[in-house]
Amino acid sequence: MQPKKLTPPNDDKRWRLVGATMRKHGFLPSALIETLHTVQEAFGYLDDQSLRWVALNLRVPLSRVYGVATFYNYFTLKPQGEHTCVVCLGTACYIKGAPDILEAIQAQEDIKPGETSADKKVSLLIARCIGACGLAPAVVYDGEVVGKLGPEQALARINAWRANKAEEVAHAAG
Amino acid sequence: MLLDDLHGIAKRERAEQARHEQHIVVCTGTACASARSAEVQAALEGGIKVRGLEKRCAVTPGGCRGLCAAGPLVTVQPQGTLYQGVHPEDAEAIIESLETGAVVERLHCHTDTPFFTRQQKVVLEQSGLLNPDRVEDYIAHGGYEALVHALTEMTPAQVLEEVVRSGLRGRGGGGYPTGLKWSTVAKAISDQKYVICNGDEGDPGAFMDRSVMESNPHRVLEGMLLAGYAVGASVGFIYVRAEYPLAVKRLEAAIKQAKKLGLLGANICNTPFSFEIEIRLGAGAFVCGEETALIASIEGERGQPRPRPPYPAESGLWGKPTLINNVETLANVPPILQRGGDWYARIGMDKSKGTKVFALTGRIVHTGLIEVPMGITLREIVYEIGGGIPDGKQFKAVQTGGPSGGCIPADQLDLPVTYESLASVGSIMGSGGMIVMDETSCMVDVAKYFMEFSMAESCGKCVPCRVGTAQMYQLLDRISKGEATLDDLALLEDLCDMVKHTSLCGLGQSAPNPVISTLKYFRDEYLAHIVERRCPAGVCKMSSPAHNGHVSELAHKEGVR
Ligand SMILES: Cc1cc2nc3c(=O)[nH]c(=O)nc-3n(C[C@H](O)[C@H](O)[C@H](O)COP(=O)(O)O)c2cc1C
Ligand code: FES
Repeated sequence: MQPKKLTPPNDDKRWRLVGATMRKHGFLPSALIETLHTVQEAFGYLDDQSLRWVALNLRVPLSRVYGVATFYNYFTLKPQGEHTCVVCLGTACYIKGAPDILEAIQAQEDIKPGETSADKKVSLLIARCIGACGLAPAVVYDGEVVGKLGPEQALARINAWRANKAEEVAHAAG
Repeated sequence: MLLDDLHGIAKRERAEQARHEQHIVVCTGTACASARSAEVQAALEGGIKVRGLEKRCAVTPGGCRGLCAAGPLVTVQPQGTLYQGVHPEDAEAIIESLETGAVVERLHCHTDTPFFTRQQKVVLEQSGLLNPDRVEDYIAHGGYEALVHALTEMTPAQVLEEVVRSGLRGRGGGGYPTGLKWSTVAKAISDQKYVICNGDEGDPGAFMDRSVMESNPHRVLEGMLLAGYAVGASVGFIYVRAEYPLAVKRLEAAIKQAKKLGLLGANICNTPFSFEIEIRLGAGAFVCGEETALIASIEGERGQPRPRPPYPAESGLWGKPTLINNVETLANVPPILQRGGDWYARIGMDKSKGTKVFALTGRIVHTGLIEVPMGITLREIVYEIGGGIPDGKQFKAVQTGGPSGGCIPADQLDLPVTYESLASVGSIMGSGGMIVMDETSCMVDVAKYFMEFSMAESCGKCVPCRVGTAQMYQLLDRISKGEATLDDLALLEDLCDMVKHTSLCGLGQSAPNPVISTLKYFRDEYLAHIVERRCPAGVCKMSSPAHNGHVSELAHKEGVR
């Protein structure tokens, strides 16, 4: 079979990463999830355009691509805010007060899990155990796991993003 | 690669390590990393350089030592001195202690305490001692010896025989005899077979597999290779949760290193045996830990289970015979082959052989990762290893098996930990999450929490699970708010029975377990919510206070039933 080289939707360089993943797996339909991971890593979320392009290249019906993208919690079809904050609601964190942290953030930012604040600064997500149970309750701020938090400390981090001052970030960390 | 070559690598590595009198090992596992162990490592390296001690002392990254809540952990070798809660500012003091030989008391974590001495390590024996980034270090600790020996001196049937004899059972939750599963796949006739390592670890409150993959990735690879040899497979997949980026990174690096040494790839050790390993990322679906759903996910589909039989051992990935084992199960295999199945079978109790790794968390003094021989009692785990309940609170229950397991109350604490005994009290061994709860936890709330989990994670394929979990959740929600009647409780019990017996896969079949076990041991808490409209632990918020007429009417009804 001839290798396919469908032109990307536009000349954004990130499409090359996506293409590379598909090529690595020989453009097989089974590469779908791996490819969606690459798209999300490169673009932050999965939009219509990328779903269509992946469907076309892997020769998978668009409905199935959409089905897979919506089945798995890790994939998001909406753009995320500048920062993401993932509150762990796994059992260990739940027992140690994660619901209070979630409530505090929800109240301050006026958003629910899966939503982004009005100023597009913060997206709030929830996780089912991130494997840092020894540090419960844990929150992941932009990919960094921070443990043993109380509601105030959890908010301090977010406020530091808003204030966007380096020393405040350092302060909240300490 | 022959045994001699392997020993050569081990010797060179040991010589290389012996160039330094002392090694400071900094834990770089996820928990310690989030406590900023990288900064500690940098500070130690800087301090050593400033003092010109590079020749004498090396700073190396290490894996998990288990006491995750006390991180960052730093070990000074060869003395084995363990330091806890080390901050970059403490680097000076530690380096100074190297020269004076004195121990820094304020950071010292005593390893002669029950947390360390009551444990017995097989799976985690090398964790924290070796550098997870270096295959040479693994080899210096005896790694890949079992593989090379098996490939050059043993037939696949002999490897299988050793695993059968060890009595090893699946550590992913089910406890199916590993040797039996292997022989089913070995007997299957096919041009292609697969080995899958299940690293999905979806059980919330559990991080055993994460730690093994992060701290000792080569152990997992070696276990898969041995499995592949025994059953006649040539391709392996490791399915890892996307939430575990460090584990993925370490495994990727390990695969590259093993390939370079010819321990992975075509004609390993100049034998006809070839084996490739690829990593597949999960995408945040609990049900994908279930073997048939996991297979669908590797195939690029939605992770929905399918009815068994046929079992994956007969028809799995792309319809081919597939061996699927948990990370910890596979990590047990190299030592079994190195020391013999009989050696392994001597550890443990009854039909539960060997050791089990648990993630001990919740309301307990020492949170972390522990490995204990099967047959140890829950009391020993909670009070000796775990150090009991903090803040003078009262122990209430220990939860094992996550959303598929149950809560074990105080009067069952002397139960030995085996597959059978945990099942006999309505819980399961599970994958190893062990969450301790004290009087501040409400059992109705806990049951509701797990039901919410199962409801959200139900893949939606079968009706009993999809609709049943939702109905049970609503009933529990009403109970927790003090809005339920005793009829609701009866309905809940009916639903438990129905969902348990009619669901398609393990998720639905075990989803009622947290409710059944809490109803069995903590029925009074349910009744307090329903009859008195009161949450004894003070966790649930009641929608309206109790009124007397309601209480007596309900109390009467419960009496009649
Ligand atoms: C809902 C559900 C979730 C599961 N999650 C996991 C998991 O996260 N990790 C795992 O190893 N096994 C999990 N299992 C068990 C697997 O289906 C399978 O039995 C196991 O991986 C087999 O390996 P073992 O024999 O080595 O335990 C799960 C099962 C069910 C029903
Ligand atoms: S429960 Fe939160 S990290 Fe495991």
